[in-house]
Amino acid sequence: MRRGSLWSWLWIMLGIIYFFVPLLASFLFSLKEKLGVLSFVAYENIFKDPNFAKNFSASVLWALSTIVVGVVIFVPTAYWVRLRLPRVRPIVEFVTLLPFVVPAIVLVYGLVATFSRPPLPIVNSPLLLIFGYTIMSMPYMYRAVDTGLRAVDVPVLTEAAQSLGAGWATILLRVVFPNIRTAVLSGSFLTFAIVMGEYTLAQWLAKPAFGPYMNLLGQVKAYEPAACAIISFALTWAAMGIMQFVGRGAPAGAQVAGAH
Amino acid sequence: MPFFLFVLFFLVYPSSTLVIGSFRDQAGHFTFANIVGLDNPYIVGAYSVSIRLSVVTAVGGAIFGFLLAYAAVRGGLPPFVRSGMMTFCGVASNFAGIPLAFAFIATLGRTGMVTQLLASIGLNPYDAGFSLYSFWGLAIVYLYFQFPLMVLIIAPALDGLRREWREAAENLGGNFIDYWRYVAFPILTPSILGTSILLFGNAFGAYATAYALTTGLVSLVTLRIGEQLAGDIGNISQGLGYAMALGMLVIMAVCVTGYTLLQRQSERWLK
Repeated sequence: MRRGSLWSWLWIMLGIIYFFVPLLASFLFSLKEKLGVLSFVAYENIFKDPNFAKNFSASVLWALSTIVVGVVIFVPTAYWVRLRLPRVRPIVEFVTLLPFVVPAIVLVYGLVATFSRPPLPIVNSPLLLIFGYTIMSMPYMYRAVDTGLRAVDVPVLTEAAQSLGAGWATILLRVVFPNIRTAVLSGSFLTFAIVMGEYTLAQWLAKPAFGPYMNLLGQVKAYEPAACAIISFALTWAAMGIMQFVGRGAPAGAQVAGAH
Repeated sequence: MPFFLFVLFFLVYPSSTLVIGSFRDQAGHFTFANIVGLDNPYIVGAYSVSIRLSVVTAVGGAIFGFLLAYAAVRGGLPPFVRSGMMTFCGVASNFAGIPLAFAFIATLGRTGMVTQLLASIGLNPYDAGFSLYSFWGLAIVYLYFQFPLMVLIIAPALDGLRREWREAAENLGGNFIDYWRYVAFPILTPSILGTSILLFGNAFGAYATAYALTTGLVSLVTLRIGEQLAGDIGNISQGLGYAMALGMLVIMAVCVTGYTLLQRQSERWLK
């Protein structure tokens, strides 16, 4: 073995240790609820907790709604920009980067400050949370869709559809959308992963969600939080795994994200 | 277009509320008092800790991430190492917030598995003054999502280093060090610098992880803003709270601009 590759292995091993030790420790820790034996009691407790079901399903609902809103807003925009407004592209790209400038805590601070008083006191509406999540996921969703469109000859497809008598709705739904399905799916799974573990927005907009539930659990229990960490990790892993699976062969989009 | 309306309404408008609020006093008159008022030990302290934490984890994450990416991409390892690593990094950079804090409490908390393991051989880190709920504890946790982000962004840049450049350097009589010093490193510098800035912003805006770990024991700007939201105003006014958020927006805007410009610079040679 060359000296260079020995060094490489060393760094890789360090990376693997950093990555896996916390997971292994959480897993072992989560099995220690019952004194003296390893058991899945902590997981049973969580799954039996009616609050878990309530908050978890709420998060699933937020995630799916966010994906729907995101697709409805970003697919037509990205399509239209590619087709008719190539000059606006840099502006749109700049706008899709804006959410990076506004951290979640500042975004929710602004949302609360803005929408808790007239003219639009909608701070209690679940829609505000969904729209906030749509903003947070915009850089990933928009980019995924745009990358998908890059691989498609948008003008030719559009003209072909039009010459066959299709209207705009038909073009979007039955021509464009099927062609970028993979891209939309990978954007959706990324959004799903972000929303499922999100804490800040749900907490301060006072909505039931998995993140605030986990936080509450962390304050009163010892072993269940570790089990939650494992469940949450499994979710992230599943979302990213499916994303890579459906994205095989497609141009790799940005897959860096996070609601830290 | 509905897109612009949407962004205007749910991103620009709320942010502008904060910006405008920072220049208003209680009665709604224009004032610079809030901006001047940022010079307050409570706020300056929070900014200083936030910035130091972000610098430490950005530099640490960038160095470790670069070495890992280099090992995986150019280290002469079998290809599965690379694809495995990219998958892990994709997951790890997304695995943050509350669950990440829990994972580290189970690992390095007072009764965590690794703490116990070290204690059993007489090396309890808590006896040596370490605490997961302190600055350095937080830094270790942040690194978990920082270095994978570096790997994800820098690996494609490393791919872009062409074999011909290396051979050209060798043909001109340069050795390994010359190649790195005069060719590879200057080409990679914008990427490395840009990604480090991105990592800085990534850590600077982090809230949930820090909240779950320290519940405010370490003074960070994001945690201070959280206190404002909780109505736990303490010794600062609402306008000052807005000004604090404005400060974050300014720093984040500088980061994202810096990253974008440097990325563009790096595309001159790579890709």
